[in-house]
Amino acid sequence: MGEKNKLLDYYRTMLLIRFFEEKVEDLFRRGAIKGTSHPATGQEACAVGACAALGKKDYVTSTHRGHGHMIARGGDPSKIMAELFGKESGYSRGRGGSQLMADFQLGFLGSNGITGGGLPLATGVALSAKLRHTRRVVACFFGDGASNQGTFHESLNMASLWKLPVIYICENNLYAMSTNIKNSMAVKNVAERAAAYAMEGVRVDGNDVLAVHDAVHMARVKAKKGDGPSLIECATYRLSGHSRGDPRKYRTAAEEKEWEAKEPIKHLRKLLLKKKYMTGKESTAIRKEARQIIAEAVKFSKRSKFPDESTLTEGLFA
Amino acid sequence: MREITYTEALREGLREEMELDASVFLLGEDIAGYGGAFGVTRGLIDKFGAERVINTPISEGSFVGAAVGASLVGSRPVVELMFMDFIALASDQLVNHAAKLHYVFGDQAKCPLVVRAVGGAGRCYGPTHSQSLEAWFVHTPGIKVVAPSTPADAKGLLKTAIRDNNPVLFMEHKLLYNERGPVPRIADPIPLGKARVVAKGEDLTIVAYSAMAMESEKAVIELHEHGLSAELIDLRSLCPMDIDSIVESVKKTGRLMVVEEGHRTAGVGAEVACRVFEEAYDYLDAPIRRVASVDVPISASPPLEQALLPSCEKIVTAALELIGTD
Ligand SMILES: Cc1ncc(C[n+]2csc(CCOP(=O)(O)OP(=O)(O)O)c2C)c(N)n1
Ligand SMILES: [Mg+2]
Repeated sequence: MGEKNKLLDYYRTMLLIRFFEEKVEDLFRRGAIKGTSHPATGQEACAVGACAALGKKDYVTSTHRGHGHMIARGGDPSKIMAELFGKESGYSRGRGGSQLMADFQLGFLGSNGITGGGLPLATGVALSAKLRHTRRVVACFFGDGASNQGTFHESLNMASLWKLPVIYICENNLYAMSTNIKNSMAVKNVAERAAAYAMEGVRVDGNDVLAVHDAVHMARVKAKKGDGPSLIECATYRLSGHSRGDPRKYRTAAEEKEWEAKEPIKHLRKLLLKKKYMTGKESTAIRKEARQIIAEAVKFSKRSKFPDESTLTEGLFA
Repeated sequence: MREITYTEALREGLREEMELDASVFLLGEDIAGYGGAFGVTRGLIDKFGAERVINTPISEGSFVGAAVGASLVGSRPVVELMFMDFIALASDQLVNHAAKLHYVFGDQAKCPLVVRAVGGAGRCYGPTHSQSLEAWFVHTPGIKVVAPSTPADAKGLLKTAIRDNNPVLFMEHKLLYNERGPVPRIADPIPLGKARVVAKGEDLTIVAYSAMAMESEKAVIELHEHGLSAELIDLRSLCPMDIDSIVESVKKTGRLMVVEEGHRTAGVGAEVACRVFEEAYDYLDAPIRRVASVDVPISASPPLEQALLPSCEKIVTAALELIGTD
């Protein structure tokens, strides 16, 4: 794929994530769906840039804020949406909800409701990939908050010790719920933590899809060579609340404004226009198309059935 | 008497104990400015400052462990676990440390520690944000387990738990936070290990706790319409457990049903049933019934979640069946 098509592809996927999350927030407000959800609004470049750098056979593990990762990996927005509706046609037949979906055919091994819970899993997937000589790489998404869990530190140590093919991708959006990183981490940046495990740690602009892509690409080349894991910190910001109903009182309007100006989709749109890869008209068409996909996803979900009670005890064991 | 919510009652309990005893401090995720995910600690930071209302990183294993350590040397930490499900991450520090130290080290080691954990389902939060894991800890000698169902109990039991010289797992139910009830302004601590008879009855004994005590109360009213009088006992604390009150009631009614939100197998109901069997076998006129969650993870999907949880309707049905068995 040429650069133009690649960038247009990123743009499409980022818009798809944005509109998906906006629609979900709207559905919650209207009481159409229950439970909770954590929107990835504003963090689209991390998911899209990272997944674009992966191979078809690579693996991905995700977090509670996982809709974007899944869409970026090629997941079906209709099945994600149906899962949020609790419908049988959802990725987890309605059982998992927003925080527990997987598509193993895409190598997407699951979003995860336990902060830091995905890190050991990703490490083990990499261990198995290595033992089985598959040359597959694992991309492990997690947040700044998760990097305070023991699982983060223990996983990085083992992965480095055993030279595992895993890329730890931290989306540092400055907050874990209401807690600013200044009040939760003794170091300034997550990337610094790699040094404790003799691992390379880099920090990139997480709102620049190309910067994320390039960093993950390089880490992947290294992992495939057998040179072990990397830690990539993507500096980003969630434009929404932590989850539904978060009044965001712990953030200042000035800070939000500053980050809105840096938000990733605007950034990419400017680039596409400047490079004349896209006209204003084409941009509008792309947006329209993305909105249509989301509207379809909602229609599909509403049309779908709830799981039948008789299925309740199915599948506890394999 | 004035009525306040379960949340307000808990907050009052915390505030009063913090005023009374400078060694009490709070530890947990987003409990300071944000006031906790469910708002229980809201405003306490303004009164007590950041030294006594401490926001932690997301490090359950170590901040619960740190609370155990602090409790060994003169502090009385009250830890909040945003969701009870996360107690799995902290269970080593509770099970292998807090629960054992006094027994092994003797009187030199005390762990006056409270872990407030938000349990329960009913809000479609899915498999990892809906569990009731109290039975794990009832099974662990050395930890007390408390699960209040009303605002008055929430306040009174929390005060006692904070004053207790042992680790206490204090289970709060997310569906109870907005429930209102009478709470005395000057509330005495409520002793642990003393059940509460919620309703007097003759035909059967229903034992429940936490949100299921509330659900059972509704069931008792419905059973009345069927001409049945059920005695409802709210356990309040699962360890120590007030078996005497249950046995006394069963001697009168001859029938026992235990209602819990935890999974059925090896749950609290199994323990209650067996104890009654051991101590009041001769008085039982019918097999003991358990109403509990189906043994599968808790689905996010509304109909599946409802299908697996106990409910007023299921309690009533089970009670009618139970009465029909003799
Ligand atoms: C073990 C555990 N502790 C706490 C939570 C509650 N929780 C869910 S997301 C979250 C914040 C996570 O922060 P971060 O890792 O930075 O990810 P972000 O939400 O910013 O994407 C918290 C505290 C949880 N789900 N699991
Ligand atoms: Mg974060």
